Amino acid sequence: MAKTNSVFKKVVMAVSGIIMLLFLIAHMIGNLHVFQGAESFNDYSEWLRSFGEPALPPRTLLTVIEIVLVVSVLAHMWAAIALWRQAKRARPERYVTKKSVVQTYASRTMRWGGVIIGLFIVYHLLDLTFGAANPAGTDATPYDRLVASFQNPIATTVYVVALVLLGMHLRHGIWSATQTLGQSNRRRERTVNAFAVAFATLLIAGYLVVPAAVVLGLVD
Amino acid sequence: MTITQGGPHSTVDQTSAKRGMNLTLRIWRQSNPSVKGKMVTYKVSDISPDMSFLEMLDVLNEQLIMQGDDPVAFDHDCREGICGMCGVMINGQAHGPQQTTTCQLHMRSFKDGDSIDIEPWRASPFPVIKDLAVDRRAFDRIIQAGGYISVPTGTAPEAHSTPVPKKDSDAAFDAATCIGCGACVAACPNASSMLFTAAKVTHLGLMPQGQPERDDRVVNMVHQQDLEGFGGCTNIGECSASCPKGISMETISRLNHDLLGALRAGARPKS
Repeated sequence: MAKTNSVFKKVVMAVSGIIMLLFLIAHMIGNLHVFQGAESFNDYSEWLRSFGEPALPPRTLLTVIEIVLVVSVLAHMWAAIALWRQAKRARPERYVTKKSVVQTYASRTMRWGGVIIGLFIVYHLLDLTFGAANPAGTDATPYDRLVASFQNPIATTVYVVALVLLGMHLRHGIWSATQTLGQSNRRRERTVNAFAVAFATLLIAGYLVVPAAVVLGLVD
Repeated sequence: MTITQGGPHSTVDQTSAKRGMNLTLRIWRQSNPSVKGKMVTYKVSDISPDMSFLEMLDVLNEQLIMQGDDPVAFDHDCREGICGMCGVMINGQAHGPQQTTTCQLHMRSFKDGDSIDIEPWRASPFPVIKDLAVDRRAFDRIIQAGGYISVPTGTAPEAHSTPVPKKDSDAAFDAATCIGCGACVAACPNASSMLFTAAKVTHLGLMPQGQPERDDRVVNMVHQQDLEGFGGCTNIGECSASCPKGISMETISRLNHDLLGALRAGARPKS
C-alpha cells in the first residue's frame, strides 16, 4: 500500500527534510566557532569526536548523527526520484506551450537543485571532512582546511552557489512540508511562506558569513 | 425622431465592426486516441470581443464545415461556468488568462492580431478522445472510490435536524464549488489530481453527514488517484491559481491531515 501512496512518499520527504534541516541549524551554529579563532574551532571539532568519553566510545555522537543523516538523505532521494518518475509517467506528452502562473523559482528548481546540492555534499565532505579534495590536505587541522578552501576562488564560488540553491530548496521545502504534514490552512498560509523565506535567508546568511570573512581577510 | 440609415448610428455600427478581431489559432488536431496529433494553424476574422472563447471556436467550426473540413472537437455543455465540461489549455494556461472556465472566458481578453495556442488537458489518466476532448472518467472513478456519503434516500430531511456550524458549512461549500473540470491536473507540473480529490475530501469531511466514512474516504480516494496514474502533489500551487472556482491549497493540507490520521487509525484502501 505504502509503495503506491503518493502522499506517503511526500511524508517521507517532509520528515527526512525536517531531520536534515535540524542538522543544518546545528552545523551553521557550529561553523560560527571560526570567529572565536583557530583554537576554539579545532576544539569544537575535537569535542564532537570525543563527546561522552570515556563513558562512550570515541565518535559515538558523530556516528549516530552520520547514520541518521545518511538514512535521511537516502529516504529523501528515494521519495524525490519516485515522485519525479510518477510525474513523468503522468504526463508523457508535454504541452507545446505551457505558462506558470504562480510557481516560484524555488519550487521549479527543487529537483535539479536537489541533485546539485547532493553532488555538492559529496565534494564538501571530500574537501572539509576528509580533506582529500582540500588544498591543505588530509593532515591539516579543520580550521586550516576551512581557510585554505575559501582562499580558493573556485571553491568559494561553488560553496556560495550551492548554499544559495540550498536556501531556495528550503524556502519551498518548509512550505511544502507544512502542507504535506497537514499543518497549513488558509489563515496560516502567508505566515508559513513568510517564515520559510525568512528562515532560509537567515540560515544561509549564517553559512555565508564564514567564506565572506575568509575572503575579506577577517579570518586567516 | 426617426433613425435613418446613414445617420449617426451607422457610424457606431462601423466602429463596432472594426472592433472585430483577426486571430491566428494553433490548435491540437488528433483524429483519434491511437494516432499522433499535431498543432494546425487556422485564421479567424471579425471576432467580436463580446464572444465567449467557445463561441469563437464555433465560428471556426462553421468555417471548417463550410470548407468541407472536419470541425475541431471540444467538450462543452452548460456554457454558464457551472458544469465543468469545457476546458482547454489556452496559450499554456488552463482555461486561459482569466481564472474562469473556458466558456466564461471572453474574447475581450485577447487583442486583434493575437496568436492563440489551444491544446487539450495533458495527463496520461486523461487520454485524448479527439482534438481537444479528453476522457475524464478517471475523476468519476475517484468519486466512486469514496466521494459520497451513504444515507437512505427519500424525502429531503428536515434542515434543522443536523445543525452545522456556519464556519464549517461555509468552508465545505467553498470546497463543494469544485466542478471537476480537470484544470488542476492540466496546470499541475506533476499532472496531479490532488486539488480535485482534496476538494471532495474537504467538502464531505467538514459535514456531520460525512463523518462515518471520513477515514475510508480519504484513504480510498488517494489510492484510486494513484491507481489512475496521476502525479504526486509537490505543493506548487498552479492548480489553485488555475481553478475556475478558486479552490484553495488549504484543502490539500486538510486531505494530508485526514489521510495521516486515517492511516494511523488503521484505515487501509479496499482493493
